[in-house]
Amino acid sequence: MINATLKQLSQQLTAGQVSAVELATAYLDRIDALNPALNVFITVDREKTLAEALAADARRAAGQAGLLTGVPIAHKDIFCQQGWKTSCGSKMLDNFISPYNAHVIEQCQAAGLVTLGRANMDEFAMGSSNENSFYGAVKNPWDVHAIPGGSSGGSAAAVAARLAPVATATDTGGSIRQPASHCGVTGIKPTYGVVSRFGMVAYASSLDQGGVMAQTAEDCALMLNVMAGFDERDSTSLERTREDYTRDLAQPLAGLRVGLPREYFADGLAGDVGRIIDNAVAELKKLGAEVVEVSLPNTQLSIPAYYVIAPAEASANLSRFDGVRYGHRADEYKDLVEMYEKSRAEGFGSEVKRRIMVGTYVLSHGYYDAYYIKAQKIRRLIANDFAAAFAGCDVILGPVAPTAAFNLGEKSGDPVQMYLSDIYTLSVNLAGLPAMSVPAGFADNGRPVGLQIIGNYFGEAKMLNVAHQFQQVTDWHSKAPAL
Amino acid sequence: MSLTHQDVARIARLSRIAVTDAEIEAVGSQLNNILGLIEQMQAVNTDGIEPMAHPQDVSLRLREDAVTEPNRRDACQAVAPQVEKGLFLVPKVIE
Amino acid sequence: MKWEVVIGLEVHVQLNTVSKIFSGASTAFGAEPNTQASLVELALPGVLPVMNKAVVDKSIRLGLALDATINQKNIFARKNYFYPDLPKGYQISQMELPIIEHGKLAILVGEEEKIIRVTRAHMEEDAGKSLHEDFHGLSGIDLNRAGTPLLEVVSEPDMRSPEEAVAYAKALHTLVTWLGICDGNMQEGSFRVDANVSVRPFGQAEFGTRREIKNLNSFRFLEQAIKYEIQWQIDTIEDGGKIQQATVLFDPDSGETRMMRSKEDAHDYRYFPDPDLLPVRISSEQIDTIRAAMPELPGQMKARFAEAFGVSAYDAALLTSSLAQAQYFEAVASATGQGKLAANWVNGEIAARLNREGLDIAGCPIAAERLAGLIVRIADGTLSNKLAKQVFDALWESDLGADAIIQRDGLKQVSDVGAIEKMVEEAIAANPKAVEEFRAGKEKALNALAGQVMKASKGKANPAQVQDILKQKLTQA
Repeated sequence: MINATLKQLSQQLTAGQVSAVELATAYLDRIDALNPALNVFITVDREKTLAEALAADARRAAGQAGLLTGVPIAHKDIFCQQGWKTSCGSKMLDNFISPYNAHVIEQCQAAGLVTLGRANMDEFAMGSSNENSFYGAVKNPWDVHAIPGGSSGGSAAAVAARLAPVATATDTGGSIRQPASHCGVTGIKPTYGVVSRFGMVAYASSLDQGGVMAQTAEDCALMLNVMAGFDERDSTSLERTREDYTRDLAQPLAGLRVGLPREYFADGLAGDVGRIIDNAVAELKKLGAEVVEVSLPNTQLSIPAYYVIAPAEASANLSRFDGVRYGHRADEYKDLVEMYEKSRAEGFGSEVKRRIMVGTYVLSHGYYDAYYIKAQKIRRLIANDFAAAFAGCDVILGPVAPTAAFNLGEKSGDPVQMYLSDIYTLSVNLAGLPAMSVPAGFADNGRPVGLQIIGNYFGEAKMLNVAHQFQQVTDWHSKAPAL
Repeated sequence: MSLTHQDVARIARLSRIAVTDAEIEAVGSQLNNILGLIEQMQAVNTDGIEPMAHPQDVSLRLREDAVTEPNRRDACQAVAPQVEKGLFLVPKVIE
Repeated sequence: MKWEVVIGLEVHVQLNTVSKIFSGASTAFGAEPNTQASLVELALPGVLPVMNKAVVDKSIRLGLALDATINQKNIFARKNYFYPDLPKGYQISQMELPIIEHGKLAILVGEEEKIIRVTRAHMEEDAGKSLHEDFHGLSGIDLNRAGTPLLEVVSEPDMRSPEEAVAYAKALHTLVTWLGICDGNMQEGSFRVDANVSVRPFGQAEFGTRREIKNLNSFRFLEQAIKYEIQWQIDTIEDGGKIQQATVLFDPDSGETRMMRSKEDAHDYRYFPDPDLLPVRISSEQIDTIRAAMPELPGQMKARFAEAFGVSAYDAALLTSSLAQAQYFEAVASATGQGKLAANWVNGEIAARLNREGLDIAGCPIAAERLAGLIVRIADGTLSNKLAKQVFDALWESDLGADAIIQRDGLKQVSDVGAIEKMVEEAIAANPKAVEEFRAGKEKALNALAGQVMKASKGKANPAQVQDILKQKLTQA
């Protein structure tokens, strides 16, 4: 049961083979057993979970169950959930019980999904290793010495360790794809504007996008059907007709044009990761896909552009954490300014403080044009690169990260080294495109490696089709760590 | 270009983040490393390129002028550090 | 040395929407603290702004009235600074592309019209309030006002005296209330003025260093503050000092301005486009629709009053100081066909009486039809000016019409020649000394005689007729 996919759990619940309460209990028991070692969850509340499960069972008994009613889910601790601590991995919000629900939470509740707990994450979604959480790093279930990836490390590890069949997540510069890759699960970041940001604690508003992780592409499609959709409370939410993300899963891949950006296979890509991606491409060729070489010449510039735009937006987004209306307030201060400065110095971790200060600097008087405007121009160049590439292909394939998961502590002392490892994921957020990570093999050190699939705008169904067909002929996605 | 201690202190102040004298050296060197990375942008010519603020070129949706929000003061102030008579309390604000 | 004063104003106009600029919370004034601060105004983690359409529409109305450019693409920006009444740590405002640019507003300086250029007007959110009393040395924060929509109207430094500054502020106040986009209540902060003031020697091309006086919430304070500031700046320079750029506050109790922060402490606001809000795009159709629904503007109405009713430019300006006033006048003038007379009464007795009793035209106890009834009786000679004032007082106190009052109090003017002749003859007979003086060439003596006649008639005799008949009788004999 614990290895079952969302699809299978849905079927078992529908057939009455298992109840929501039984399912929730089984997962909660497993969380109790494994969470102390893996540190996947920040908050688990058996009582609340069982109440939700009971309600789901009642709903099913009343004949009002949907496809996913009663299925357990882990929520990244970034989505505000009424009555639950919503910490965003930060001491700043360690005492923050949200008085309202994010759109994503509302949608999941409407579908009858049962909250298992709140997944650990890099503080305010800033990080690539999960080492920036106030609650300590999540351990990679495949190797407790390895990072799980970040920032949605708890979500990825929860699915990998079978502590949840599915988990919500967010992706600002790779925060869904990179941990999904490092933990060997399937993750999708939709087109910017497809999932409402209402109630999602903001890191970089023009880049943040909610998404999901599960074992399979099919599960991701089912979840996207729940999570996606217009929300008038988010001015950047796109008004589009609802789509069924499962509609194209079964389409054959014959004639599919797969673009391989040469910049994603250049120096810097580890040999073992490169071979895994090559093998995955070969599998898709066998399914009838046609490979074309494409170019994304400004890929390298995505790092500086991202590390200007994201901190700039973050520096303003995180100004609301001032100890006045909620959140951490320092114990002692002599005046207002000191209250601000101490509360924020104590409440934020070092990476968050660094990014706030970088953002403050690049926006400050006299530097705005040289940094912020320049970065936005490069952002345009990067989006243009993708537009040119998609003129000749349907999806773009490549690695998610240059290497498999590195060791905990390996890069935590050197922010720039950490930033450089985001090279293959940042461009997608700058352009606002959808992308996925799909389990594609194991590196020489035995750690999982994901294949990145990048779609054109609103190309989620196409990406899911490619991933699903790939998962029909490979079994990387169904491998689980021995725990 | 490289940030001086004075620059770092100014940025920290603007950010309302206390940085002690002991921390300033380390913080400054990390910020300088990051700014070094960012400097790479200057190598590329972007003349005539329009800055891109958003992934989609769409316009702002406008809502009708109507009161839709109920009073939720009590629920919202339940998580406040210091409240009295419905007001959030802070150290004296001096104008 | 002779000094020239240079003034520019920034006016925060609160737009009278029912809900806030970025949320559906109420904007009603005077509610219990923080009961109108929704999740958005509290800046809870994860909440997002959603723009109010009425704010755009009302801004366009002002733009059209100022004959300004409406930027059909305009952009919201974040203005970053920390303050407890600013919950997000940034104010959503507009920087590079405001909704309105390049407008103009005419003011009257003495009898001369002067055009003040409006640089720009941008949409933004108001902040909350800090309350300082009675919290054991702490301040209390009320966020009810946070998120109230503002249109900040920025003028060019085109004003050259405190009087011009007040005239501009009043003209803008008239316009925004006229257009129905602001309630104009200055006490409640619906219309707040910041004044940038500098002085320079006459003939010097460059501006002097300016100081900004913040948050003036009455025209009187605006005038007092600018006058004080000008004198302070001149004294400082003449004493050998230099003006430093600064923001100052006006203290109405002392009548002085005092420094709030110097240029060195000036905020670095780190403006950048708000990523939570997309560009506002305004179609030409939307502008045309709003244009079609525009009322006649004060300037247009002023010109029409001068043209149609023959009133002076000065009177026309006074009459159009508010829409209600203008409508009142027009009703009286149209009903009587007596534009000048109507203007005299509206700008004279009515204005004085309202002012004395602290009322505005909307609260005037004499409705336009009743004033018209009075004016008709002045025009047809039934009432002398003196009698008219008596009737006016009675109109103010009662609900009766002018004719009913004239009837009741027997105030009808006597214009019957025979009756007046009789009274004139009696006066001549009773005052031989005055008659003699007049005949000796002392014109003034005529007035004494006329006074006797008027007294005898209890003020009801037609004064012009009395004069005529007196002269006639005295020269005849």
